[in-house]
Amino acid sequence: MLLELLVLALLAAALTAPIAARAIAVRRRRLGQARARARRRAERRELRDPGRERRAEQRARELLRSCVNDEEWSMYRDLGFIRVHGRLAADGPGGLAPQRRRRRDPRFDRPDAGGNRPDAGPARSDEAPPPYAYLIYPHKPIVAYVPATGRLLSEYCVDFPDLAGAISDTRLPDSDDVLAKWMALTGDERRLIADANMHLPGRQVDPGRVRRDLWRLAEWDRLRRGSTANR
Amino acid sequence: MKPGHGEVLLAEGDPRVREDEERLIEEFRRQLDEGMWAAVPTTEPGSGRREALLVKGYREIPVGADRVIFFPRAAGG
Repeated sequence: MLLELLVLALLAAALTAPIAARAIAVRRRRLGQARARARRRAERRELRDPGRERRAEQRARELLRSCVNDEEWSMYRDLGFIRVHGRLAADGPGGLAPQRRRRRDPRFDRPDAGGNRPDAGPARSDEAPPPYAYLIYPHKPIVAYVPATGRLLSEYCVDFPDLAGAISDTRLPDSDDVLAKWMALTGDERRLIADANMHLPGRQVDPGRVRRDLWRLAEWDRLRRGSTANR
Repeated sequence: MKPGHGEVLLAEGDPRVREDEERLIEEFRRQLDEGMWAAVPTTEPGSGRREALLVKGYREIPVGADRVIFFPRAAGG
């Protein structure tokens, strides 16, 4: 009797096994489809949210403001870029790596109108104009120039790619990009410039635009000095 | 800083509290392992000039720093 029951149970199990397996497979497939649908919905929601980038930019502006100097923040707010003085007075931005020296603009070696060599001057005092400076634009190369003459030295193309989601084309909000460049420049200028691709001026940023920006910056400085003196 | 999102809070805590510090160290290491750079905004005591200090280890973070900002490492664009 027991043997018969066991045989019956085994038969029943053998008969129902394919049905159960199919049911499990269908359930798994449906679960997978539901998850994929949920993922697509979330992606669509992110794409459809027009405020996401604006909110991210707003947060980035606040973060930038809390990190940079007041003058630099005002500059970014008013002009759309930040000036950072170069501090490698002995080498200059082009003297960072010997192999880069060969590729740089030959005009770089010429003294400027004031007779100063931007890459060979002594360490500056606080009163002396810096031998060179950078303009940081959002999502554009960093432009090096000589503040005393306005001569453009080079462009440093640098990016902060998303390593985790390398296939996505997302990028930092504008103000975060500026802050990343500012932190890297003020924190380790030599390293950032060594990591960047150096090009002659005009490769990506229109030199005419940079000259206009330098003029705007000079006017901005003049007005700011005036308003500070009047206080 | 996270591309596409902007600022994201990763961890917070009081480094003087042991559990908090362990959590902060763990997050710090995770970010650096993912290839991020870490910077601490600083202010020069004399001039009040602000700049950043890039740190490569948790112990390099100045005492009293109120935040560490992680951002993707620079690459030639």
